[in-house]
Amino acid sequence: MSPRIRVLRKVSNPPLIKGFKPYGIASELGTEQVKLLYEEYEALRLCDYDMLNHHQASVMMGVSRPTFTRIYASALQKIAKAFVEGRQISIEGGKVYFDSDWYHCTSCGCYFNNPEKEKEVDTCPLCKSGQIIKPDNKDIEEDKAVKEFEDVCVCPDCGYEEVHKPGEPCGKNVCPRCHSYMKRKGSPYCRNFNNR
Amino acid sequence: MRVAIASTGNSLESTISHHFGRCDYFVIYDTESKAIEYIPNPHKDAEEGAGQSAVQLVASRNVQKIISGDFGIKIKPLLDSLRIQMIVIKDNKKKINDIIEMLNH
Repeated sequence: MSPRIRVLRKVSNPPLIKGFKPYGIASELGTEQVKLLYEEYEALRLCDYDMLNHHQASVMMGVSRPTFTRIYASALQKIAKAFVEGRQISIEGGKVYFDSDWYHCTSCGCYFNNPEKEKEVDTCPLCKSGQIIKPDNKDIEEDKAVKEFEDVCVCPDCGYEEVHKPGEPCGKNVCPRCHSYMKRKGSPYCRNFNNR
Repeated sequence: MRVAIASTGNSLESTISHHFGRCDYFVIYDTESKAIEYIPNPHKDAEEGAGQSAVQLVASRNVQKIISGDFGIKIKPLLDSLRIQMIVIKDNKKKINDIIEMLNH
Protein backbone atom coordinates (compact mmCIF):
# COMPACT_ATOMS: atom_id res chain seq x y z
CA MET A 1 0.00 0.00 0.00
CA SER A 2 1.32 3.38 -0.88
CA PRO A 3 1.79 5.85 1.94
CA ARG A 4 -0.62 8.66 2.56
CA ILE A 5 0.03 11.79 0.47
CA ARG A 6 1.66 14.64 2.38
CA VAL A 7 -0.32 17.81 2.82
CA LEU A 8 1.22 20.82 1.08
CA ARG A 9 2.82 23.15 3.61
CA LYS A 10 2.36 26.86 3.15
CA VAL A 11 5.50 28.99 3.24
CA SER A 12 4.70 32.68 3.50
CA ASN A 13 8.29 33.99 3.71
CA PRO A 14 10.88 32.05 1.73
CA PRO A 15 14.45 32.33 3.08
CA LEU A 16 16.67 35.12 1.74
CA ILE A 17 19.68 32.83 1.53
CA LYS A 18 20.34 29.36 0.13
CA GLY A 19 22.23 28.01 3.12
CA PHE A 20 25.09 28.28 5.61
CA LYS A 21 28.79 27.38 5.52
CA PRO A 22 30.96 26.67 8.55
CA TYR A 23 34.31 28.44 8.85
CA GLY A 24 37.60 27.81 10.62
CA ILE A 25 37.67 24.06 10.07
CA ALA A 26 39.90 21.38 8.64
CA SER A 27 39.47 21.04 4.90
CA GLU A 28 37.87 17.61 4.88
CA LEU A 29 35.07 18.84 7.11
CA GLY A 30 32.30 21.11 5.94
CA THR A 31 31.99 19.60 2.51
CA GLU A 32 28.99 17.41 3.09
CA GLN A 33 25.68 19.13 3.28
CA VAL A 34 22.69 18.84 5.55
CA LYS A 35 19.52 19.47 3.57
CA LEU A 36 17.13 21.64 5.49
CA LEU A 37 13.72 21.60 3.82
CA TYR A 38 11.77 24.82 3.18
CA GLU A 39 9.02 23.68 5.51
CA GLU A 40 11.57 23.12 8.28
CA TYR A 41 12.99 26.59 7.78
CA GLU A 42 9.49 28.03 7.91
CA ALA A 43 8.67 26.08 11.08
CA LEU A 44 11.79 27.42 12.77
CA ARG A 45 11.02 30.95 11.62
CA LEU A 46 7.45 30.88 12.91
CA CYS A 47 8.33 29.23 16.19
CA ASP A 48 11.60 30.84 17.24
CA TYR A 49 11.70 34.09 15.28
CA ASP A 50 8.04 35.12 15.30
CA MET A 51 7.62 33.46 18.72
CA LEU A 52 4.38 31.69 17.90
CA ASN A 53 3.41 28.50 19.69
CA HIS A 54 3.05 25.26 17.76
CA HIS A 55 -0.71 25.61 17.52
CA GLN A 56 -0.56 29.08 16.01
CA ALA A 57 2.31 28.18 13.70
CA SER A 58 0.52 25.06 12.44
CA VAL A 59 -2.47 27.20 11.42
CA MET A 60 -0.15 29.55 9.54
CA MET A 61 1.38 26.64 7.62
CA GLY A 62 -1.91 24.87 7.00
CA VAL A 63 -0.94 21.59 8.68
CA SER A 64 -2.07 19.89 11.87
CA ARG A 65 -0.39 20.65 15.19
CA PRO A 66 1.27 17.19 15.51
CA THR A 67 2.59 17.45 11.94
CA PHE A 68 4.00 20.88 12.70
CA THR A 69 5.75 19.56 15.80
CA ARG A 70 7.30 16.78 13.73
CA ILE A 71 8.56 19.25 11.11
CA TYR A 72 9.97 21.46 13.86
CA ALA A 73 11.69 18.55 15.62
CA SER A 74 13.25 17.48 12.34
CA ALA A 75 14.50 21.05 11.74
CA LEU A 76 16.20 21.19 15.15
CA GLN A 77 17.76 17.77 14.65
CA LYS A 78 19.22 18.74 11.28
CA ILE A 79 20.61 22.03 12.57
CA ALA A 80 22.15 20.28 15.58
CA LYS A 81 23.72 17.72 13.26
CA ALA A 82 25.20 20.45 11.08
CA PHE A 83 26.56 22.32 14.12
CA VAL A 84 28.12 19.31 15.77
CA GLU A 85 29.57 17.70 12.67
CA GLY A 86 30.58 21.01 11.06
CA ARG A 87 28.51 20.49 7.95
CA GLN A 88 27.05 22.96 5.50
CA ILE A 89 23.32 23.62 5.60
CA SER A 90 21.50 24.03 2.32
CA ILE A 91 17.89 25.10 2.38
CA GLU A 92 16.05 23.31 -0.40
CA GLY A 93 13.16 21.08 -1.37
CA GLY A 94 10.20 19.94 0.68
CA LYS A 95 6.53 19.71 -0.10
CA VAL A 96 5.62 23.36 0.03
CA TYR A 97 3.87 26.09 -1.86
CA PHE A 98 4.73 29.77 -1.69
CA ASP A 99 1.98 32.18 -1.01
CA SER A 100 2.02 35.88 -1.77
CA ASP A 101 -0.56 38.56 -1.18
CA TRP A 102 -2.60 40.60 -3.61
CA TYR A 103 -2.10 44.32 -3.93
CA HIS A 104 -4.66 46.64 -5.47
CA CYS A 105 -4.00 49.77 -7.54
CA THR A 106 -6.72 52.39 -7.23
CA SER A 107 -5.44 54.38 -10.19
CA CYS A 108 -5.86 51.73 -12.92
CA GLY A 109 -8.00 49.26 -10.96
CA CYS A 110 -5.71 46.26 -11.37
CA TYR A 111 -4.71 43.63 -8.84
CA PHE A 112 -1.18 42.26 -8.63
CA ASN A 113 1.06 40.21 -6.38
CA ASN A 114 4.68 40.56 -5.38
CA PRO A 115 6.71 37.40 -5.98
CA GLU A 116 9.93 38.98 -4.70
CA LYS A 117 9.26 39.37 -1.04
CA GLU A 118 12.59 40.97 -0.25
CA LYS A 119 11.58 44.12 -2.11
CA GLU A 120 8.81 46.41 -0.94
CA VAL A 121 6.18 47.32 -3.50
CA ASP A 122 5.41 51.00 -3.76
CA THR A 123 4.36 51.54 -7.36
CA CYS A 124 1.86 49.76 -9.57
CA PRO A 125 3.67 47.55 -12.12
CA LEU A 126 1.19 48.54 -14.82
CA CYS A 127 0.58 52.28 -14.57
CA LYS A 128 3.53 53.13 -12.25
CA SER A 129 1.30 55.16 -9.95
CA GLY A 130 1.88 55.12 -6.22
CA GLN A 131 -1.78 54.73 -5.32
CA ILE A 132 -1.73 51.15 -4.19
CA ILE A 133 -3.46 49.45 -1.33
CA LYS A 134 -1.32 46.95 0.49
CA PRO A 135 -2.89 43.71 1.58
CA ASP A 136 -3.58 43.10 5.21
CA ASN A 137 -5.42 39.78 4.99
CA LYS A 138 -2.26 38.00 6.11
CA ASP A 139 -2.09 40.01 9.30
CA ILE A 140 -5.75 39.31 9.92
CA GLU A 141 -5.17 35.61 9.38
CA GLU A 142 -2.18 35.70 11.67
CA ASP A 143 -4.06 37.61 14.35
CA LYS A 144 -6.91 35.14 14.11
CA ALA A 145 -4.54 32.21 14.48
CA VAL A 146 -2.83 33.87 17.42
CA LYS A 147 -6.10 34.71 19.10
CA GLU A 148 -7.73 31.37 18.54
CA PHE A 149 -4.97 29.45 20.23
CA GLU A 150 -3.94 31.97 22.81
CA ASP A 151 -3.50 30.37 26.18
CA VAL A 152 -5.81 31.88 28.72
CA CYS A 153 -6.26 31.09 32.40
CA VAL A 154 -9.87 31.27 33.54
CA CYS A 155 -11.47 31.32 36.98
CA PRO A 156 -13.97 28.44 37.20
CA ASP A 157 -16.18 30.33 39.65
CA CYS A 158 -16.58 33.84 38.32
CA GLY A 159 -15.22 33.53 34.76
CA TYR A 160 -12.36 36.04 35.19
CA GLU A 161 -9.74 35.57 32.44
CA GLU A 162 -6.09 36.46 32.17
CA VAL A 163 -3.32 35.58 29.72
CA HIS A 164 -1.47 32.42 30.66
CA LYS A 165 2.20 32.79 31.55
CA PRO A 166 4.29 30.05 29.92
CA GLY A 167 5.93 27.69 32.41
CA GLU A 168 3.63 28.66 35.25
CA PRO A 169 0.81 26.23 36.06
CA CYS A 170 -2.56 28.03 36.09
CA GLY A 171 -3.60 26.20 39.24
CA LYS A 172 -0.95 28.03 41.27
CA ASN A 173 -2.55 31.40 40.70
CA VAL A 174 -5.67 32.62 42.43
CA CYS A 175 -8.42 34.71 40.92
CA PRO A 176 -8.05 38.35 42.06
CA ARG A 177 -11.82 38.72 42.30
CA CYS A 178 -13.06 35.65 44.15
CA HIS A 179 -9.78 34.04 45.32
CA SER A 180 -10.40 30.58 43.90
CA TYR A 181 -7.77 28.67 41.94
CA MET A 182 -7.46 29.44 38.22
CA LYS A 183 -7.79 26.78 35.48
CA ARG A 184 -6.56 26.57 31.89
CA LYS A 185 -9.27 27.65 29.47
CA GLY A 186 -10.54 24.72 27.43
CA SER A 187 -9.19 22.12 29.85
CA PRO A 188 -11.63 19.44 31.12
CA TYR A 189 -11.73 21.06 34.57
CA CYS A 190 -13.28 24.29 33.40
CA ARG A 191 -15.81 22.70 31.02
CA ASN A 192 -18.45 22.77 33.76
CA PHE A 193 -18.19 26.50 33.90
CA ASN A 194 -18.50 26.84 30.13
CA ASN A 195 -21.63 24.71 30.04
CA ARG A 196 -23.30 26.57 32.84
CA MET B 1 11.80 43.01 -19.30
CA ARG B 2 9.28 40.74 -20.96
CA VAL B 3 5.58 40.78 -20.20
CA ALA B 4 2.98 38.22 -21.28
CA ILE B 5 -0.60 39.30 -21.88
CA ALA B 6 -3.49 36.86 -22.29
CA SER B 7 -5.41 38.02 -25.34
CA THR B 8 -8.55 37.08 -27.27
CA GLY B 9 -6.98 37.71 -30.68
CA ASN B 10 -3.76 38.34 -32.55
CA SER B 11 -4.00 42.07 -33.11
CA LEU B 12 -3.46 45.17 -31.03
CA GLU B 13 -7.19 45.85 -31.18
CA SER B 14 -8.19 42.59 -29.47
CA THR B 15 -9.24 42.64 -25.84
CA ILE B 16 -7.72 41.00 -22.78
CA SER B 17 -8.83 37.41 -22.10
CA HIS B 18 -10.64 36.66 -18.86
CA HIS B 19 -8.98 33.24 -18.47
CA PHE B 20 -5.22 32.89 -18.65
CA GLY B 21 -5.05 29.14 -19.32
CA ARG B 22 -7.72 29.16 -22.02
CA CYS B 23 -7.05 32.41 -23.83
CA ASP B 24 -6.70 32.41 -27.64
CA TYR B 25 -3.32 34.11 -27.91
CA PHE B 26 -0.45 35.07 -25.66
CA VAL B 27 1.07 38.42 -26.46
CA ILE B 28 4.72 38.60 -25.43
CA TYR B 29 5.83 42.21 -25.19
CA ASP B 30 9.44 43.28 -24.64
CA THR B 31 9.55 46.64 -22.86
CA GLU B 32 13.11 47.37 -24.00
CA SER B 33 13.05 46.45 -27.68
CA LYS B 34 9.28 47.15 -27.97
CA ALA B 35 8.93 43.87 -29.86
CA ILE B 36 5.54 42.18 -29.89
CA GLU B 37 5.09 38.47 -30.47
CA TYR B 38 1.81 36.58 -30.78
CA ILE B 39 1.75 32.94 -29.74
CA PRO B 40 -1.44 30.94 -30.33
CA ASN B 41 -2.43 28.91 -27.26
CA PRO B 42 -2.13 25.21 -28.20
CA HIS B 43 -3.83 24.07 -24.98
CA LYS B 44 -6.94 26.20 -25.40
CA ASP B 45 -9.34 23.28 -25.60
CA ALA B 46 -7.41 20.85 -23.40
CA GLU B 47 -9.58 18.84 -21.01
CA GLU B 48 -7.42 19.70 -18.02
CA GLY B 49 -4.04 21.16 -17.17
CA ALA B 50 -4.43 24.04 -19.63
CA GLY B 51 -3.13 26.47 -17.04
CA GLN B 52 0.01 24.51 -16.21
CA SER B 53 0.88 24.02 -19.90
CA ALA B 54 0.29 27.71 -20.52
CA VAL B 55 2.64 28.62 -17.66
CA GLN B 56 5.32 26.32 -19.09
CA LEU B 57 4.96 27.88 -22.53
CA VAL B 58 5.12 31.41 -21.20
CA ALA B 59 7.90 30.71 -18.69
CA SER B 60 10.07 29.29 -21.50
CA ARG B 61 10.03 32.80 -23.04
CA ASN B 62 11.51 34.28 -19.84
CA VAL B 63 8.66 36.58 -18.97
CA GLN B 64 8.65 38.35 -15.61
CA LYS B 65 5.05 39.54 -15.55
CA ILE B 66 1.79 38.04 -16.76
CA ILE B 67 -1.28 40.19 -17.33
CA SER B 68 -4.68 38.52 -17.58
CA GLY B 69 -8.33 39.02 -16.67
CA ASP B 70 -8.12 36.20 -14.17
CA PHE B 71 -5.98 33.22 -13.19
CA GLY B 72 -7.06 29.69 -12.34
CA ILE B 73 -6.66 28.40 -8.81
CA LYS B 74 -3.76 26.03 -9.65
CA ILE B 75 -1.67 28.75 -11.26
CA LYS B 76 -0.95 31.02 -8.32
CA PRO B 77 1.34 28.70 -6.31
CA LEU B 78 3.08 27.68 -9.55
CA LEU B 79 3.84 31.26 -10.56
CA ASP B 80 4.78 32.18 -7.00
CA SER B 81 7.46 29.51 -7.00
CA LEU B 82 8.66 30.60 -10.46
CA ARG B 83 8.74 34.20 -9.20
CA ILE B 84 6.60 35.53 -12.00
CA GLN B 85 4.38 38.45 -11.12
CA MET B 86 0.66 38.21 -11.83
CA ILE B 87 -1.38 41.28 -12.71
CA VAL B 88 -5.16 40.99 -12.86
CA ILE B 89 -7.20 43.51 -14.84
CA LYS B 90 -10.89 43.07 -14.09
CA ASP B 91 -11.99 45.42 -16.88
CA ASN B 92 -12.35 42.96 -19.80
CA LYS B 93 -12.90 45.68 -22.40
CA LYS B 94 -9.25 46.77 -22.15
CA LYS B 95 -7.42 46.43 -25.45
CA ILE B 96 -3.88 45.09 -25.86
CA ASN B 97 -3.00 48.52 -27.22
CA ASP B 98 -4.06 50.26 -24.01
CA ILE B 99 -2.12 47.84 -21.83
CA ILE B 100 1.10 48.24 -23.82
CA GLU B 101 0.68 51.98 -23.60
CA MET B 102 0.30 51.75 -19.83
CA LEU B 103 3.44 49.62 -19.59
CA ASN B 104 5.42 52.20 -21.57
CA HIS B 105 4.24 55.01 -19.37
